[in-house]
Amino acid sequence: MSRMRCAIVGSGNIGTDLLYKLQRSDALEAAAMVGIDPDSEGLARAAAEGVEATSEGPGWLLGHANRFDLVFEATSAWVHRANAPRYREAGLTAIDLTPAKLGPLVVPPVNLDAHLDAPNLNLITCGGQATVPIVAAVAAVVPVPYAEIVSTVSSVSAGPGTRQNIDEFTKTTSASLVEVGGADHGKAIMILNPAEPPILMRNTVFCALGDGYDRDEVADSITEMVRIVASYVPGYRLKAEPVFDEDLFRTPGGDVKARVVVLLEVEGAADYLPPYAGNLDIMTASAVRVAEAVAAAR
Amino acid sequence: MTAAFRLTDSTLRDGSHAVAHQLTEDQVRRVVAGLDAAGVPVIEVTHGDGLGGSSFNYGFSHTNEMNLIRTAVEAAVDSKIAVLMLPGIGVKDDLRRVAGMGVRVARVATHCTEADISEQHIALAKELGMEAVGFLMMSHMIEPEALLHQARLMESYGADVVYTVDSAGAMTIDDARRRVAALKDGLSCQVGIHAHNNLSLAVANSLAALEEGVDQIDGCMTGLGAGAGNCPTEILVAACEKTGWETGIDPISLIEVADRAVRPIRPEQGVIDGDGLLLGYAGVYGSFLLHAKRAAERYGVPTRDILLELGERRVVGGQEDMIIDVAMELQRRAAAVQPAVA
Repeated sequence: MSRMRCAIVGSGNIGTDLLYKLQRSDALEAAAMVGIDPDSEGLARAAAEGVEATSEGPGWLLGHANRFDLVFEATSAWVHRANAPRYREAGLTAIDLTPAKLGPLVVPPVNLDAHLDAPNLNLITCGGQATVPIVAAVAAVVPVPYAEIVSTVSSVSAGPGTRQNIDEFTKTTSASLVEVGGADHGKAIMILNPAEPPILMRNTVFCALGDGYDRDEVADSITEMVRIVASYVPGYRLKAEPVFDEDLFRTPGGDVKARVVVLLEVEGAADYLPPYAGNLDIMTASAVRVAEAVAAAR
Repeated sequence: MTAAFRLTDSTLRDGSHAVAHQLTEDQVRRVVAGLDAAGVPVIEVTHGDGLGGSSFNYGFSHTNEMNLIRTAVEAAVDSKIAVLMLPGIGVKDDLRRVAGMGVRVARVATHCTEADISEQHIALAKELGMEAVGFLMMSHMIEPEALLHQARLMESYGADVVYTVDSAGAMTIDDARRRVAALKDGLSCQVGIHAHNNLSLAVANSLAALEEGVDQIDGCMTGLGAGAGNCPTEILVAACEKTGWETGIDPISLIEVADRAVRPIRPEQGVIDGDGLLLGYAGVYGSFLLHAKRAAERYGVPTRDILLELGERRVVGGQEDMIIDVAMELQRRAAAVQPAVA
């Protein structure tokens, strides 16, 4: 089987990390990196890897569309909104790593197979990829009237695209807790922490629990899900056993008598930025997983 | 007479922390009416963690903040109503909504090193015709020059004023003075200070800021606010008058409002207990206090140890989830050293 020819649009943190992950894939070929800044480090690294690197932007890609099958968008939400219709016209499948939310939201262990024919698949956000699986694991065994996540990343790992998309991050991640995670209501919070040395990516998931839940069943479902995510993001792990708190919680999904709190840590594979930047890894590893599934389905 | 500075009262926003976000419409109506009649120009009303703050992480609001804000706008005759918003917690739609409700001032807060996440929100506030305030939290953590660099970003996005915010109540008088002086020196827009009282210096820091030319000051009636509480508005006004700074507000009527409308909300406000002091001493975000006390109870570990460990880890505002993390870890450590004797 010939490998799927992929272009990475965006030469920032995410695009560069993705470049290294694609180099290891048997099903995908990093055929080009497309940026807009000729001095960007990402483009220099792509060239050093023998990957075609251009600073001529998406226009270049569309001019050479017949040389590619698939495009990874690693820019920002509004750039993707402008690019997406042009990719589609050119017959390029788009895997969107911005929170633009144009195509269906995909989280590999939850709904990977559901949207393999879609022309545009959205990877939500790093926080979404880290937390939606946990919400889905809880929702699989008990109703979740409300789910909330707090995603904290080191300041140095959040590039300008991430910073300018903080609203889109919050909204798209909130939506994914409901649309993919299966909660009735969702809320996402994003925090940047400037501590030195940089902190590992941290995620906290709060799920309101409907009546009649079984602690062991919920905890087992979470543990199993962590194992599955860790199979493609090796640094993904529980920071502590799930914590069950019984109290009256007046959530937007109604009053509940219990919640489970799941503390997660994501250590990166250090393909591009050092291991603290687990937020890059979980995004790019998920994108590779989705693209490989698309390739296999062709 | 013109006032020497513009006063913003945050009893109904920062004070929300002190009552675990249980403020009611009735309380809002009475406090706003009192402050408005006393001549306080700006009154902030929001969940303690800003628009959208109602959550597991920060505590659910007793009353939807939109109802509280609407009540405040209706109760105010001359005072402008302000809101706080933290990018990452609240979203631009929240700002659009409150602008439509008659809110005139949007205060956009970020950690002191992360000003660039406020660009869209400050720009939107201006577009909506609101005053835009840049609010640099935990300002004690960086040097004045670095703070100025971040403040300049907010100014470049359109902020009408940039505040140095002592969220941990950790600043000494000299710390406050140097930060205000650096901002006054390097910015063309106005400069504000928001002080907390963990070291019992909130009023003193605000007065020192006035000597450095600060344009805007925050207070909370009776000090009602996160951690050990804020700069008490009525004390600030009284102290200003005695020092010779014109406020445009009658201290006697403000003292009456404090006693009648605010003191009953939390009679014990004003006591700086050991934990409150420790926040300022260790430089820990003030809003963590009640969450840490609750976690201490829930997981059976001392509040003091939780606060010190949070300081050690240099957690920033908004990371309330780390309190659970720290409490669990202390619980594990304690279990590990427990002697196995009956």
